[in-house]
Amino acid sequence: MLEARNVVVEYAGRGWRSNGFRALHDVSFDIKPHETLGLVGESGSGKTTIGRAILGLVPVGSGSIRFDGRELIGMPRRERRRLSDDIQVVFQDPYSSLNPSMTVEDILVEPLVARRTVDRRQASVRVRTLLDQVGLPHDAVHRLPREFSGGQRQRIAIARALALRPKLIVCDEPVSALDLSTQARVLDLFISIQEETGVAYLFISHDLAVVRHISHRVAVLYRGDIVEYGDALDVTERPDHPYTKRLLMAAPIPDPDRQAARRQERRDLLASEAIA
Amino acid sequence: MTARKVFRNPLAVAALVILLVIVLASIFAPLVAPHSPTALRLDKINAGPGSGYLLGGDGAGRDIFSRLLYAGRNTLTGAVIALSVALVLGVVSGLLSGYYGGLLDGVLGWGANLLMALPTMIVLLALFQALGSSIYLAMVAFGVMLSPGFHRLVRSQVMAVKHELYVDAARVSGLSDPRIIGRHVLLVVRAPIVIQAAVVAGIAIVVQSGLEFLGLGDPGTPTWGGMLQDAFTNIYTSRVAIWWPGLTIALTVASLVLLGNAIRDVIQRTERPRKPPKPPELVPATPDADELPLLRITNLTVGYPSSDGYREVVHGVDLDVRHGEVMGLVGESGSGKTQTAFSVLGLLSPGGTLLGRSSIAFDGTELARLPESERRSLRGRRIGYIPQEPMSNLDPCFRVGEQLVEPLRAVSGLSKQAAVAEALHLLERVGIPDPRRTFAAYPHEISGGMAQRVLIAGAVSGKPDLLIADEPTTALDVTVQADVLELLRGLQTEFGMAMLLVTHNFGVVADICDRVAVMQDGRIVEVNDVRPLFASPQHPYTQTLLGSTLEDSTPRTRLEVNHA
Amino acid sequence: MFGFIGRRLVACLVLVAVIAGITFLLAFSGTSNVARNLLGESATPDQLAAKNAELGLDQPLLAQLGTWAGHAVRGDLGISWFTNEPVAQAIANRLPVTLSMVVLAVSLTALISVGLGVAAAVRGGWLDRVIQVLSVAGFALPNFWVALVLVVFFSVTLGVLPATGYVRLSESPGSWAAALVLPVVSLVIGSTASAAQQVRGAVIDVLRQDFVRTLRARGISPRSVLFRHALRNAAIPALTVLSLQFIALLGGAVVIEKVFAIPGLGTLTVNAALQGDVPVLMGVVVTLVVLVVIVNLVIDVVSGWVNPKVRVQ
Repeated sequence: MLEARNVVVEYAGRGWRSNGFRALHDVSFDIKPHETLGLVGESGSGKTTIGRAILGLVPVGSGSIRFDGRELIGMPRRERRRLSDDIQVVFQDPYSSLNPSMTVEDILVEPLVARRTVDRRQASVRVRTLLDQVGLPHDAVHRLPREFSGGQRQRIAIARALALRPKLIVCDEPVSALDLSTQARVLDLFISIQEETGVAYLFISHDLAVVRHISHRVAVLYRGDIVEYGDALDVTERPDHPYTKRLLMAAPIPDPDRQAARRQERRDLLASEAIA
Repeated sequence: MTARKVFRNPLAVAALVILLVIVLASIFAPLVAPHSPTALRLDKINAGPGSGYLLGGDGAGRDIFSRLLYAGRNTLTGAVIALSVALVLGVVSGLLSGYYGGLLDGVLGWGANLLMALPTMIVLLALFQALGSSIYLAMVAFGVMLSPGFHRLVRSQVMAVKHELYVDAARVSGLSDPRIIGRHVLLVVRAPIVIQAAVVAGIAIVVQSGLEFLGLGDPGTPTWGGMLQDAFTNIYTSRVAIWWPGLTIALTVASLVLLGNAIRDVIQRTERPRKPPKPPELVPATPDADELPLLRITNLTVGYPSSDGYREVVHGVDLDVRHGEVMGLVGESGSGKTQTAFSVLGLLSPGGTLLGRSSIAFDGTELARLPESERRSLRGRRIGYIPQEPMSNLDPCFRVGEQLVEPLRAVSGLSKQAAVAEALHLLERVGIPDPRRTFAAYPHEISGGMAQRVLIAGAVSGKPDLLIADEPTTALDVTVQADVLELLRGLQTEFGMAMLLVTHNFGVVADICDRVAVMQDGRIVEVNDVRPLFASPQHPYTQTLLGSTLEDSTPRTRLEVNHA
Repeated sequence: MFGFIGRRLVACLVLVAVIAGITFLLAFSGTSNVARNLLGESATPDQLAAKNAELGLDQPLLAQLGTWAGHAVRGDLGISWFTNEPVAQAIANRLPVTLSMVVLAVSLTALISVGLGVAAAVRGGWLDRVIQVLSVAGFALPNFWVALVLVVFFSVTLGVLPATGYVRLSESPGSWAAALVLPVVSLVIGSTASAAQQVRGAVIDVLRQDFVRTLRARGISPRSVLFRHALRNAAIPALTVLSLQFIALLGGAVVIEKVFAIPGLGTLTVNAALQGDVPVLMGVVVTLVVLVVIVNLVIDVVSGWVNPKVRVQ
C-alpha cells in the first residue's frame, strides 16, 4: 500500500555557509494494508523524519514514496491535502498536539469539515461514534483538552486521526509521554482499533519493547539508515546487525536476575566488539 | 470568559471607567464643554481654577477645561491613527514572517530591526516638514516606527504556535494555510496583541504630546501637548496650568497600561493567592531509640500554598535508606516521588513546605528543622544530587570545567590548581574520552549523554554519603542509559554511597536497586527488597504496574493473507 | 568571535546606509519652497532658480543623494541653509552636551534598575509591589511633564536649582552638575521604572531554571548563585533593555532640552525642524543612527562574551 524507495531528506543548515544535515540517506521500506510496521531508533536516527516525510511535513530531497500507486513526492499541495482522507497522524505529545483553546468537538469536527465530507449535524453524530471507539464518554465533547489526563488526550488524538477513516496512521511515539499503566491501555486500544477497522500503522518509537508489542514487522534505524528490517520476532529476539544487538542488550529487563544476566551479556558483547 | 475575569479586578474596572469617561467626554466635547475652546477673555488670562472657568484660564484667556475636552479629540485621534498603522503593518508582517519564514522572514525582520534602531523623536522632527507639517501624518510615520513591536510579538507567537503539533495535525487533516492561520494561529496571538495595543496607544499619546509641546502641530487646534506648551510659557505667572493636561495624559496612559496588565494577568494566570498562608508549626519529631539508618524519613508531608491553605502533594511518607544501599523510589507522574527527593535536599520549588510531623533524619541530624545555612553545608558535601534533564541543568554561561571547580572549591576548600586537577580527574572517572576538551567546552558544545556524565561527576565531587538521583537516565537514549547505569553502579560501589533513585522505569530498578519503594498519589504503598518485590508484589497497584510492562509480550506475527 | 563581530559590523554599515538613504529621499522630497523661504516673497524667479542651483536642489533627487553621500562618507555633512554653519561642526559642538546628559541618565538607569529589579526578584513582597506601581507611573508620566513639575517645584517655588541654562564642565563643574540635576532626574524616572520591571522579570526567569537548583544542590552559596550565575544569565535581556532605553533617552533628551533651554542636539534639531533646515536634520539623524548602531554593536559583542551560546545563534 505504501512504498518508500531510496528516500533522502536533508535539512538546510542555518545561514548560507553551513552545510545541510542529512537526516535520512537512502531509506526504503513498505507497509501493507492492515499491518503495523514498527520503526525503532534512538534520537537522531531519523525515525521521526520518516513519518514527517510521509505526512508531507518535510520536503524530501530525492527518492520516491508511493501510496496506493500514487507518487506523493512532488504532488501539488491541493492534491496532497485531499490525501488526508487516507493518511493520518497521532503525535507523541498529548499536550501540544491538541489546540488548548478548542473543545473536543471542535477538534474532532475539524478534519471532517475541512474535507467537506459531511455537514455539521452528520459530523456531530460521527464525533460520538469516534468517542465510543476510543472509549471516551459522550459528555467529553464540550470540554477543553486541559480537563483530560495524558492518556485521555491521546485517545482524543486517536479519535481525530480516525475521523476520516484513513488507511494508514503514522504514530509518532504515541505512548512515550504516558505513564506505564496508561501506556499499556493505549497500546491495546491501538491494536483493537486495527483489528476492528483494518487500518495500517507506521509505529515510530524509541522503545524496543513497545514496538515489539504492537508491530508485525520492524525496521531499525541508525543515523539515517535502516540497518535491520524484518519480522518483529526475528528482529527483536534474534537480531543480526550489531547495532540492533546493542540496542536490545541496552534495554533493561524488569526482572533483577534476568537483567543481571543481560547486563553481563552486554558487557561481553561490548568487550568482543572492542576486540574486533 | 476572559472579559468576565478582567472585570473581577477592581483596578481594571476603574481603568476602564476612566478611559470611557475620557473618550466619551472628548467625542461629545461640543455638548459637554461649557465654553468654546477658542473664546478669549482678557480678564481670564492665567486665571486660577474656579474663577468662572472651572480649571482656570490659559495664557490667552481661554477656558482650560473646555480646551482639554476638545484637545482630547485631536490627541486621541492621533493615537488611534498611529495605533492602527502599527497594528496593520506589524500584525500582517508578523503573521507572514512567522508562518512562512525563510527569505520573507529575513527581509521583514531586517526591516523591523532597521525601524527599531531609529531614535523616533528625532526622525519625526526631521521628517515633519517633508510630511506636510501635519501632526496626523507624523502619527502615521510614528505608527510605521511602532510596528516592529507588533511584528516581533506576532512573529514569535506564530513561530511558537507553528511548531505546536496541533498545527501539524491540522495540516495533516487537510486544512489550507489561510484556514490554519485563521483557526489556530490568530486565536493564540489575539490576546497578546490586545495587551501590546494598550501599551502602544499610551506611547503614541505621550510622543504626540511631546511633538506638540515642542511647537510642532497646528497652533489653531487645541491638543494636550499644545496646552502644556502654553502652560510652560506662562510657568512663572501661573503654576497650576501645567497640572491639568499633564494629569489628563498620565491618567489616560496609566488606565491603558493597567487595563493591559489586567488582561495579561488573567491570560497568564499570574494572580497569586493574596498571601501565602502561614505554614503550621512543625510538630517536633520523637527521636527514635533504634539505631538510625543513614536516612530516615517519617511522616513526610509536603504542601503548596493554594487559595484555601495548603494543598498536599505528599501525605505522610515513611522511608529508610541504609548506608551504602540503592533505594529505588518508583511511581507514575504525580505520585510525589520527586517531591520526596527534593524534600531531602531541601530544594522544593518556591512555596513548597514541610507540614505536620514531617521528619527527615539524616545521619542522626533532623533536617526538617535545620536552619537553611546548616542545610546548605550538607548539600554537595554529604548529600549529592543528579538531575533529570542534562542540558538544562548546566549553566549555559560557564564552561563545564568552571562548573565543577566552583563547587569543589566551595565544598572542599581546595586551591584553584588542586580543584582543576580534581575536576579533570573526575571527568576522566565518569568516562569522558577527552577530559581537557570537555573541561574547556561550554554546555551547548557537548552531547546530552556527556552532559549527564558531567553532572554525575559534579554530584560525586564532594564524596557524599547519599546521592539523590532524580530520573537520571530518563532523558537519555537506551544505549546511553545502559552506560550511565554502569557508571552509577561503579561509582556507588567505589565510594560506598547510599543512593535514593527516583524513576518510573522498572527495568532501571531491576538493574541497579537493592530495595524498592512504590509510590502512588503521595503515599508509599509497598516497600521491599528488589527480588521479592518483582517475584511477588503484594499491593494491587504494584501488581498493575508490573503487569503493564511489555517485556514478555509476544510480538504479533507477519500478516500472511491480505484481507479483502 | 572576530567573525561574529565582522558580520555584525557589515550589517551595521548597511543599516546606516539604508536609513540615511530613505531619510534623505523623504526629507529632500519636500524642498520646493526652500528658496522662497530663504529669499523672501519678493524674490524673482531668476533669483529663486539661482538659489536652487546653489543649493543643488535643481538636480534629480537621486543625484542629490549621491552628492550628499559622497561628502558624508568623508565626514562632510553639508552646510546649514539658514545659519551657513557647517553641519558637522554644529553637531560636534552640541553632541557632547546631549551625550553627557544621556550617558549620565543611562548609567543611573542601569545602576538603579538593576539594584531595584534584583532586589524585587529576590525579596518579593512590598518591594515587588512598589516596582509594579512605579513602572506604570513611569510609563504614564511623560518625561517632559515630569521636568515641568520639577521646575515648578525646585526652581520656581523653592529656587534651589536652576530652571534654565547650561554651563560647560570646563567652566564650572559645580554649575555644570547643578544644571544637569533636574534634566537627568526627569529622564531617569521614566526609564528606571520600566527597566527595573524588566530586570526583575529576567532575574525571576533565571532563578526558575533547573541549573539554579543543581547549583544549590552542589553547596554553592546563595550569594554566588545570585551574583555569579543568575545575574550573568539575566545580563543579556537586561542589556537589551538598556540599549532600547538608550535610544528612547536620545529622543527624550530632545524635549527635555527645550524645557531647560540646554543648547544640545535637541534644541538644534527642533529649530531646524521648525525652519525646515534639511541638511541639519539629515546630519542629526545620521549621527544619532550611527551612535545607536555603535551602542547595539557593543551590546551584541558583550552579550556574545557573557553567553557564548548567543554567538552560535
